[in-house]
Amino acid sequence: MNRRSKTGEGEGKERLGRYYAGARAAVPFVLATLVLGVSFGVLARSLGWGAVAAVGSSVLICSGSAQFAVAAVLGSGGGPFAAIVAAVLLNARFGPMGVAVAPYLKGGPLRRAFEGQAVIDASWALASRGGGRFDREFMIGATIPQVAAWIGGTALGVLGGDLVGDPERLGLDAIFPAFFLVLLVDELRGAGSAVTVALLAAAVALLLVPVAPPGVPVIAACAAALLGLRRTL
Amino acid sequence: MTTLWLTILAVALANAAIKASGPVLVGGRELPPRATAVISLLAPALLAALVVTETFGEDGALVLDEKALGVGVAAVALLLRAPVLVAVFLAALTAALARAFG
Repeated sequence: MNRRSKTGEGEGKERLGRYYAGARAAVPFVLATLVLGVSFGVLARSLGWGAVAAVGSSVLICSGSAQFAVAAVLGSGGGPFAAIVAAVLLNARFGPMGVAVAPYLKGGPLRRAFEGQAVIDASWALASRGGGRFDREFMIGATIPQVAAWIGGTALGVLGGDLVGDPERLGLDAIFPAFFLVLLVDELRGAGSAVTVALLAAAVALLLVPVAPPGVPVIAACAAALLGLRRTL
Repeated sequence: MTTLWLTILAVALANAAIKASGPVLVGGRELPPRATAVISLLAPALLAALVVTETFGEDGALVLDEKALGVGVAAVALLLRAPVLVAVFLAALTAALARAFG
């Protein structure tokens, strides 16, 4: 009995350590997300959203790609339906990503639905352990500070965006693709088939950008992962 | 309730539903080996697509601009085994310098 509780304590400590490890690994992304959040806040204010709607959207939607899409569509005179469709297309990638982490989440359907909200691009990729395995605690630990940075950045952008100036002048728009490149390089160190899949996915996405609505190129490129079926046939 | 708020709420609900769908439908079941084989390749596919669309995609067109130059410099730095933060800093610095003097 005594021994068992000790083991449980050790496991709990180890799990807590993985949350912290995830948060630490996310630090560079937290900084990048903060900058992106400021950009979104500045954009939303320039569109006349008001501070409550801008920060509220970051709290409720909590997704850069979807919120920039909504701002772009509404800002260019599009209707709410077009804005919703654009956001859904952009975030459809979270469907397969959620399937991938599903076996590693905990609890009943409600808790799983809630834990699934922790899936964001950088955390999901950071928590990927190869061979389709994922580290749940690492992912959640990486997501929490990024969410805080996104909401805080939005507030900063709405309230004091003028102080930052134009993020593009500082080259900050190059930060996010550069970070995704870092994560990609990590993934390519594994199986050789990963390189083939990445090249195919990049080609599909590039071909579709000029002809398909935003979001579709990324989802279509995910289909390159179906090459994985070859090995087990 | 304005159009803006209705749009925000609808997108928030749709986003939450998309993220919840996989975990709720799959539950704690282990995935069949063929599904695992596909999922293990999902990360490189997704990341490659995000890199190229965020680097070269601009309002539904492909562009080769200062941002692409910055990401290119980061790629070279990573190939030369530079630390991650150095590579990312070089990306921003290159894009900023190219815009200032380009």
